[in-house]
Formats: sequence, structure tokens, C-alpha cells
Amino acid sequence: MKLLLKGGRVIDPGTGKDGELDVLVEDGRLAKIDRHIPPDGAEVIELGKGWIVAPGLVDIHVHLREPGQEHKETIASGAAAAVAGGFTGIACMPNTDPVNDHAGITQFIIKKATDANLARVYPIGAVSLGSRGEQLAELGEQKSAGCVAFSDDGRPVATALLMRRALEYAGMLGVPIVDHCEDPSLKGEGVAHEGFHASALGLRGIPGVAESLMVERDVSLAELTGAHVHICHMSARQSLRAVRAGKERGVRVTCEVAPHHFTLTDEALDGAIKYDTNLKMNPPLREGADRDAMLEGIADGTVDAIATDHAPHHADEKMVEFDRAPFGITGLETAVPLVFDRLVHAGRISLKRAIELLSTNPARVLNLPGGSLAAGAPADVVVIDPDRRVTIDAGRHVSKSKNTPFHGWELRGAVAYTLVGGRIVHRSV
Amino acid sequence: MNVDAPVLPTSSQGAGVTRLRSRHLLGIAGLDAAEIALILDTAEAMKEVGTRPIKKVPALRGRTVVNLFFEPSTRTRTSFEIAEKRLSADTLSIATATSSVTKGETLIDTVRNLEAMSPDMIVMRHASSGAPHLLSRVGRAAVINAGDGMHEHPTQALLDAFTIREHKGRLAGLKVAIVGDLLHSRVLRSNVLLLNTMGADLCLCGPSTLMPPGVERFDVKSTSSIDEAVDGADVVMMLRIQQERMSGHFIPSLREYFALFGLTPERLRRAKDDVIVMHPGPMNRGVEIDSEVADGPYSVILEQVSNGVAVRMAVLYLLAGHDSAEPLKA
Repeated sequence: MKLLLKGGRVIDPGTGKDGELDVLVEDGRLAKIDRHIPPDGAEVIELGKGWIVAPGLVDIHVHLREPGQEHKETIASGAAAAVAGGFTGIACMPNTDPVNDHAGITQFIIKKATDANLARVYPIGAVSLGSRGEQLAELGEQKSAGCVAFSDDGRPVATALLMRRALEYAGMLGVPIVDHCEDPSLKGEGVAHEGFHASALGLRGIPGVAESLMVERDVSLAELTGAHVHICHMSARQSLRAVRAGKERGVRVTCEVAPHHFTLTDEALDGAIKYDTNLKMNPPLREGADRDAMLEGIADGTVDAIATDHAPHHADEKMVEFDRAPFGITGLETAVPLVFDRLVHAGRISLKRAIELLSTNPARVLNLPGGSLAAGAPADVVVIDPDRRVTIDAGRHVSKSKNTPFHGWELRGAVAYTLVGGRIVHRSV
Repeated sequence: MNVDAPVLPTSSQGAGVTRLRSRHLLGIAGLDAAEIALILDTAEAMKEVGTRPIKKVPALRGRTVVNLFFEPSTRTRTSFEIAEKRLSADTLSIATATSSVTKGETLIDTVRNLEAMSPDMIVMRHASSGAPHLLSRVGRAAVINAGDGMHEHPTQALLDAFTIREHKGRLAGLKVAIVGDLLHSRVLRSNVLLLNTMGADLCLCGPSTLMPPGVERFDVKSTSSIDEAVDGADVVMMLRIQQERMSGHFIPSLREYFALFGLTPERLRRAKDDVIVMHPGPMNRGVEIDSEVADGPYSVILEQVSNGVAVRMAVLYLLAGHDSAEPLKA
């Protein structure tokens, strides 16, 4: 079984390849990447001019909702949404019901993902039992069962002591702590970024400092312990400053930014649809200066990865008063158009940097396989048509949930093919 | 029964505007100066109805108005009820304790059930900012916001403006001080929008902990000195401070609050000689306002309550008129 991707432009920051190259897939693996490979019996896929062939994208921050909230998403529907968005690998957060704080749940997730047989799913285990911040979960057992990192995402690790121990312990196991940074007392009952728009709309605010205070704490704790901390869904300019300062002094800190935080600001809350609950997420959409800082960090290399924080919620759950709606929006199926339109075509980053942010780096951050087109590796590949104009249509999304603020947006950049293990699992040509 | 139509305004400041553009009143945001003037002018006519021996006109006869109150309210709810009855509407008031909401029904479902009975208007008070906006997107009835969370309370600002205009003859150029819990007040937000639109000169005053973040973009002056705020004021509007603010570390004690921000007769002496003192109620005597001021000669607090009925009649009347192209006659 051979497949030949012909006529595309291979961009693989991991191996340094960049050029008009053909990709030969044989028995699910990358057999050869070279100029003008003869078909030699392979099924040939002719790619359009300028189409990019890159290592499958990796989203290290998604919520798959299973077990416990299958009305929002299942592992299978989430994995299907992933490949529709060009992602061949996704790391799922443990805030399911029950929380993934136990090897049995990790095994369940892996079993479901294997059955779905779409994107590769890498479970992230809870730092503490029930993510309650009281007692360390059995991280060693969890890692053996398949967890690639630990996080109490959705709930910050409130005490510095627990975070210190978690970093030390996870450091021993060689895996990072994925850190949802938020000072609970400063967040309070907040539902939107603290500032003019929240004030005008009468919404309780969450200051950017609620995030950056904990980023600063945990960068210091990573420095103390020598362990790797990865800062989740960074939104505040002060957080970026703290990460940058940590990196400058050699701390093992990495960070991610979600597409909505480099595209939208809190001004949208006062837009055409006031109090649109599809603009409610945590951390919240921040002000222009924060959005600009995220763009700057993405361009200058401070930001390691783009991760979507894909957070599906049922339409009924979002059709409520703003302050009662759950936080979060979907992201898997809108990431590529947003990155290409708002970052690449806008001239902020190169194509190579886009692939780095969406594939190479996220795989590295969590030490995942993939993120590169190395010869002999499983053929996890994405083909992107960077110039195709798309109109985001939530109704046609594969995810069970449609809670996106990007519905109706006209953007340039689309996923043409997604291959997992050499198999075409998504095609839109 | 006296069924004379109220003598409607021939538009003093309204510059020919005889209708509101929106079919809802979700907030002062979205109203322009001409529309605000139209409501105030219409309220003058409505106030006259309230002086008649038979305080009733048939303007809303056959229309159904539901008062949907998800938060306790006496003043606003009764004011709307009286306004509706004076306009001959069929009215129904639902308070949260007796509604299905306590059984776990969502706002949307509650409203859809009500709508199945075809109300023409829904007057809603809700603890969540933006709840009337949600309602206006899903329902068919015209929505009147009777206070949403910390967002807006448009009829309060309109009745405040009406009261000020009765005393001062204008709004433009007046120096208005608003003192109190600015952060949590929907009355504040509606008043800032309205008085700014009408050209008043606003100064907000409160403790720094209760100052809305981004207040500098409200296009008003702000200070934490009540003496500075009251100095030379034509109008001093006091806002309620709630007991529970102490638990959020906003203020140390009500005692200290009164010492720093309470409106006393001494402080009021810095204002203009013909100052009026306002309060949207309910008042905390001895906390934000000294009883001597609340009951004193400058206080127009009870007039605000009376004017509330006329202003709400005007709003109901204009929103109903938006549906029927013909002006309502007796």
C-alpha cells in the first residue's frame, strides 16, 4: 500500500526540509521525501500549487468531555473534529467527570481513542486527586498508563506547596506540568476581562494580573525545582513578560496561546450580539494591548505553541444569561484558517513558523511522537491549501458542539488532507 | 370614565422625533438625545393623567404586559404595575419565588412558555447583566429592561432626568455629582449614558475600590473626594451601598463609609443654593445619606418615585405605538 503526495511544498521545521518535494508513504510510514518521486505503483495524490505538506498538527490543549459529558463531545467526535482541523495528535485535559486522576480512566480514554482510530489522543492526567488541590494523584501510575503530562486545568493549583511538589515529582518522571494560571481570589466571580467593556456591560471583571501572578509564581517554582512548567492558554501581556523573563534566565518554561486570544478582544462583547456567550471563555478575551502582546510573542518566538483550548459545550448550556454560561469555545476546526489568515497572510509570521507553532513545538513541549516528517516515522501528515477562502460554518463542524464565535468569518487557509498513519482520515478538496 | 387622551408633546427638544427606533428598551445605550427628549416630553403628558380624578386612559387597552421580576423589587414593580393599569393594559406580575425558575427552568424556557400566551410586552428585572438582551433575541414581545444585574436600569435614569428637568428646566450644562457604589450600580451606568448624551457635566465619586475599572473611558470626571464632587453641584445623586460589600473587602465598615462618603448637611453646603438631592432607593439612612438631608428641603427623593409612574407610562406608550403605525387616540 503506497501513497504519493505529489507537487506540494514540504515544510518541516523539525528536519529543516522546505521545498517542492514529493512525499511517499509506504505501509503507513514516511518512506521517502524527495524531488520528483516516480509513482511506481503508488496511488498518486496531485496537490495544488502552493499547497503545504507538513507534519500532522498537534493540539496540546483540548477537552474531549468523555467520560461524563458525552452530550458535549466524545473522544470519537473530538478525534473526528481534530482530523477535520488538520490535527493528527491531541492532548486531552483531565477535567472530565470523573476527573482523570487514575490509571483506569487514562486506559479508558486510550481505549476509546483506539476504537475511534482517527487522531492520536494523549491523555493529560490530573495533578491532584479530583483536581481538588489537596493530594497528589498517582502520577507515576498515570504516566505508565499513558499520561503525557499533568494538569489541574480548569482549576488552578492554588497552593505554592502543591505546585512545588508536583513539579518536583513530575520532573522525576520526565513530564511537564501543564499550568492553568489563575489566582482564585482575584478571579472571584469574574466572567470577563476587567476593564472598560466589562464595566460598561456590568460584568464582573477578571484582571490580567489574576493570571500573571500565578505565572510568576510557577516560573519561580520551575526555577527552584529545575522542572518543566508549561503555561496554558496565555492571555495577559504581564504573563508573556513573566515567561520571557523566565526563559531569559534559563528556566524550563514553555507557553501556548489560543487562537481567540490573538484574534479577538473584549470589545467584541459589546459588538453586534451583546453578551454573546460564545465570547465567554477562561481566560477571557482581553484588551487590545494584551492581544497585541500575544501577536508579538508569537512572532518573536517567546510563544512556543498555538493550542486551541477546544472546549465544547451544548447549545442549551450556552443559551443562558452571560454570567451563568459555562466558559469555553470550540477550536479544533477553526485553528488553521485563523492562523493562516491572521498570522501568515497578515505578514506576522512565516509559513515555517506557523508549522512550528502548530506541530513541531507542541509535540516537543509534551515529548510526543510526531511533529516532524522524519523518514521511517508514522505518516501523520497535514496538507494545507493556504489560499483557499473559507467561510466558517459552525453548523457543518464535526465536533458535537458548535460554540464558536467565528461562525460566518471569512478567512483564507484550509486543511485539504489529513493523514494519520498513512491513512487519509480527512479530505476536503 | 374620563377617556381623554393625554395631551401629547409636539416635540420641544425632540426635533420632530415622534417614535422610538427600537421596539425594545434594553438600556439608555442606543437612545439618542431626541429619543430621550421624546420620552421625557411624553412623560409630562402622562404625569397630567395622574392628576385627574380618574387616572386612566385607554391607550394600551387590549394589550397584555407581563412584569417578570427575577429579583426582589417593590418600588420598580409597583411603579410599572400602576403605569400599566393607568394605560388600561392587562397586566400580570410574576415574582421569582412563585415562578418555575425555582424548579430549574431556564430563562429561555420560562419566556417561551409566557410567549405562548402572547404578551405584547415583557418588563423584566434580572440579576444577570444582559438577560433582557437574551430575551429580546429569542422572544416576540417588546422587552423593557427594569434593571439587569450591574448593567442598566433605563427607566430609573429617565425618571431621574425627568425630575431634574422639572426642577432645573434643562439637563445640558448642569453639574451632577453621583456618589456611592459606582462599581455595582446599574443606576449609575444608565445615568452616565443619559446625562452624557444630554450634555450634563458629570462627576462620579466613590471609594477607589468601588470605582469601575476603565472609568476614565466613561467620559466623566471621577474623584474619591465627596467635597470635590459636591462642590458647586446642581444635582447630587446618592447611590445605595450594600451591606455585603464589606465581605468583598470593598469597604472596611459602614461607619467609615459614612464618615468618608456620607452626604451630610455640612457637605451639602458646598453645592449650589438650589441643589436637589436624589436617591434611587432603597435608602440606607446614616450610611450613604444623613436623614436630615434625605428628609430635608433639597430632597426630591419622593418626587422621583411619583415621576417613575409617568415616565414608565411614557415608555410603555411609545413602545406600544411603535407597533401600531397610527397614533393612539381616546
